[in-house]
Amino acid sequence: MKRAPFIAALFALGLALAAPLTLTGAGATFPYPLYAKYFAVYQKLTGVRVNYQSIGSGGGVRQLFAQTVHFGASDAPLSDAKVAEFKKRFKTEVVHVPTALGAVAVVYNLPGVQEPLKFTGELLAEVFLGKVRTWNDPKIAELNPGVRLPPLPVTVVHRSDGSGTTFVFTEYLAKVSPAWRERVGFGKSVSWPTGLGGKGNEGVAGMVRQTPGAIGYVELVYALQNKIPFAALKNRAGRFVLPSLASVKAAAALSDFPPDARVSLTDTPAPEGYPIASFTWILVYQDMAKNRAFKSRAQAEALAKLLWWIVHDGQAYNEPLHYARLPQVAVRVTEKNLRALTFGGEPLLR
Amino acid sequence: MPGWLYRRLGDRLFSALVVGLALGVVLAALAIVWVLYQGGREALHTFGFLGFLTGSRWDAVRGEFGAWPPLLGTLLTSAAALFLAFFPALSAALFVVEFAPRALKGAVAYLIDLLAALPSVVYGLWGIFVLVPLVRERVELPLFTWAAAHAPGLLAFLGPPTGIGMLSAILVLALMIVPYASALARDALALVPQSQREAMYALGATRWEVIRRVVIPYARAGIFSGVVLALARALGETMAVTMLIGNSVNLPYTLFGPAATMASLIANEFTEAEDDLHLSALIAVGFVLLLIALATNLVAAWVLRRMSLGEGRK
Repeated sequence: MKRAPFIAALFALGLALAAPLTLTGAGATFPYPLYAKYFAVYQKLTGVRVNYQSIGSGGGVRQLFAQTVHFGASDAPLSDAKVAEFKKRFKTEVVHVPTALGAVAVVYNLPGVQEPLKFTGELLAEVFLGKVRTWNDPKIAELNPGVRLPPLPVTVVHRSDGSGTTFVFTEYLAKVSPAWRERVGFGKSVSWPTGLGGKGNEGVAGMVRQTPGAIGYVELVYALQNKIPFAALKNRAGRFVLPSLASVKAAAALSDFPPDARVSLTDTPAPEGYPIASFTWILVYQDMAKNRAFKSRAQAEALAKLLWWIVHDGQAYNEPLHYARLPQVAVRVTEKNLRALTFGGEPLLR
Repeated sequence: MPGWLYRRLGDRLFSALVVGLALGVVLAALAIVWVLYQGGREALHTFGFLGFLTGSRWDAVRGEFGAWPPLLGTLLTSAAALFLAFFPALSAALFVVEFAPRALKGAVAYLIDLLAALPSVVYGLWGIFVLVPLVRERVELPLFTWAAAHAPGLLAFLGPPTGIGMLSAILVLALMIVPYASALARDALALVPQSQREAMYALGATRWEVIRRVVIPYARAGIFSGVVLALARALGETMAVTMLIGNSVNLPYTLFGPAATMASLIANEFTEAEDDLHLSALIAVGFVLLLIALATNLVAAWVLRRMSLGEGRK
């Protein structure tokens, strides 16, 4: 009978070793369908389980700071102030790992208009500021010769909930329109000068569909899946570009990609790029030992390997789900950042 | 448990359990108040309690938060919905208790109660797909074009006739609170002793006189309780209102135009509020909402006490 405790201990050890590694993440809702796919495939490949809670980017960042999750996910990069605060509090860097690209489509409901409308950023800002009030306004007509624009009033529809989509859209307007920058600014929730607010992509799309003369913005994924007509936008190079997986990926092919991958793609200089595109990121601690959520080096290693897989093999799952793939330049920068991940100073990937 | 132990301890254990659970509820309520106050302190401190209540700008980009627009939206929609719901609810209760044939009583009461069981997101969907187009085509557009031709002064009060906005939110809210007001009124009316009615009829009163002079006065405390319950429900309703009200904090509000309520604002912005002050302001809005609910209940309790005093005098 003396051997019983020993056997019990051995048994417990065996259980612990056999138990699958589990990683926890929280954050953005926009990439959730994609992440669910990644994690399901990855579990089949490696046995590593990932729990992802799509509680919103804000919540993801909050949980990352609170060290209750192994990784956070956000549609907007952390601000300079947040990055500095992170470094000061945790004595390590926050690493932004881009996983996919999304874009914001400008959708509208104009009975009788078949061809995609063209907009410039300035005009879009004026519409959303409430300065262009009818669809047959000369400013719209000038950009769309040959289109029979009805004399309907313009009904602006925007997101009422805080969202990365709003962040990207308003950041674009703030870049191209000084009046917008002055009056509204940009953020996940802004003080809209006019219009109706719908909750979520489905809320905005629903209101646009229901209201003749409405104009709004939704995630490109959502517009594509639901076949809502969207507008072509004039990019910085002067071309009118429709949002598509190709034009979104082109927007991110920047020659001067920043080493920390915190890059805004709105109003991109890329000649073929759609101007309202954005990365979505996974956020991790560079030295994972500084994150109390990690109980062992094995967990940190599993996360580093998972991230490596996502930016390489995992990318194959992006386009079937209507998310654009990372361009090569982003993958190269991210490879370098992933190699710099450590656990207590020891590199995690070789 | 052995018999003697059960005899000695059983009752004490039972009362300890009851008291403990009851106290748990009270503690939970206090904990909610405390957490909301703690969470909202930063915002209340930054703007001052009155400044926060009366501030009319809500701008997360500039970090300015005033709760007046959503506060006004909550009060307006709740009051209007209650006004619209009261008479139908009372009529439905009277119909069930006084008028309906026995066979119909159960069915009608059941259907009204069913309205309370529908999830509010279902009301929201119904509102978007059925009510909004109806309101836009049949109410707002005709009124708007009429006003444009005959009373241009009204236009500023009406607002854009898109269907999404305060009016639709009020209508759905009214529908949602009817069963609450109605159910309590029904129970109260049913409790009016038959002898009271018979006495009145014996004096030669008509049915209208019986209802107006005996049944409703006798049941008024119950009817009023139903109104209070309905109001509490309207104050806190979130999902359906968020889907229909158009969510704008720009004052002034118009009848057709978008507005916001406190609950809808919290539901909209809470998940993505990264900035500490923004989050704190949202929690402070929750705190204000709680104070309003508390105030409503206190006033209701006071009115109810006066009502029952009046009954004693009769």
